[in-house]
Amino acid sequence: MGPRAEVLLWLAQRASAAVLAACVAIHLATMIYAVQGGLSAAEILGRTRGNVSWLAFYAVFVLAAAIHAPIGMRSVIREIVGWRSRSLDLALCAFAVAIAWLGWRAIAGLFR
Amino acid sequence: MAEAVATLAVSVWRGGAEGRFVGYAVPRRANQTVLDVVTYIQQRLDPGLSYRFACRVGMCGSCAMTVNGRPRWTCRTHVARVAGADGRIEIAPLANLPVIKDLACDLSAFFDKWAAARGSFVGTRTRRDDFARVSPAAPQRRAVDAAIECIGCAVCYAACDVVAWNPDYLGPAALNRAWTLVNDERDGAERARLSAVAGDAACHACHSHQSCTEHCPKSLSPTSSIAGLKRRTGLAALTGKI
Repeated sequence: MGPRAEVLLWLAQRASAAVLAACVAIHLATMIYAVQGGLSAAEILGRTRGNVSWLAFYAVFVLAAAIHAPIGMRSVIREIVGWRSRSLDLALCAFAVAIAWLGWRAIAGLFR
Repeated sequence: MAEAVATLAVSVWRGGAEGRFVGYAVPRRANQTVLDVVTYIQQRLDPGLSYRFACRVGMCGSCAMTVNGRPRWTCRTHVARVAGADGRIEIAPLANLPVIKDLACDLSAFFDKWAAARGSFVGTRTRRDDFARVSPAAPQRRAVDAAIECIGCAVCYAACDVVAWNPDYLGPAALNRAWTLVNDERDGAERARLSAVAGDAACHACHSHQSCTEHCPKSLSPTSSIAGLKRRTGLAALTGKI
């Protein structure tokens, strides 16, 4: 991987971290607020189904996680395990796709 | 020199990568440095001891060793700072570098990485041009001033966790040097240098643990220099300069 690609990966991880910081804060605050009165799963689904705002919010959340986690794991694996070949990049691309697919699938389940 | 007030119990690494600590009894004196201790052992007790020094005044950067577990410049480290009341000192070669013998390390990799980071000035003027006029107050010049006093002692390199984890990592000193040149308005190799210092074996590998800054005997902050390189390479990548 060339220096420009490595720098862009680094920037993508920092940018996705900034998005995640906001998303995690909103997610936690919403959860704590929502369960105060003892919401049931059915009541939660009643609020998320058909709600485009929550759909968009969690879609962005999943996208940021799918970008952030594999890039961070790339650094950790390269340093700690010493796996530095192209196969690592391919494996982590697959990991990113898996996070995005599983995350968006879960969101679709809450929306539909 | 003042009379000895006690005897130091000094353990010194003997051998190469494989070796052991050997104990020596060294008279304790006032204003004694760790380099004085090593020199005493070599001159009075064991002429076979190998170590490096040159200037003895903190300029040349050749006498760095691991003293009681911390990398230090030994010519400016007083025994009183490192030895407790029991007078025990452990002296080993620098970490993260191959040991040649005893306290002397092979610094080839350390200086090769300065070259890999494009640590040489590339001029853009000829001898027929006038001197460049660089304002001491210019922000770039001030950034250079903050980082330029490196003596190449490799203390930061020995202290760096990332060097230990990733042998290809250029290390704090080489990146600090690159930062001084990136901010040198007379230099003509910025693009090549930014490419050389970008990536997982260069500035982006730094975790900002700040061990280099903590241990630097010249009180420099390679961490800040590396952070500057991250910003500058990021901008260069976004604008297509690298």
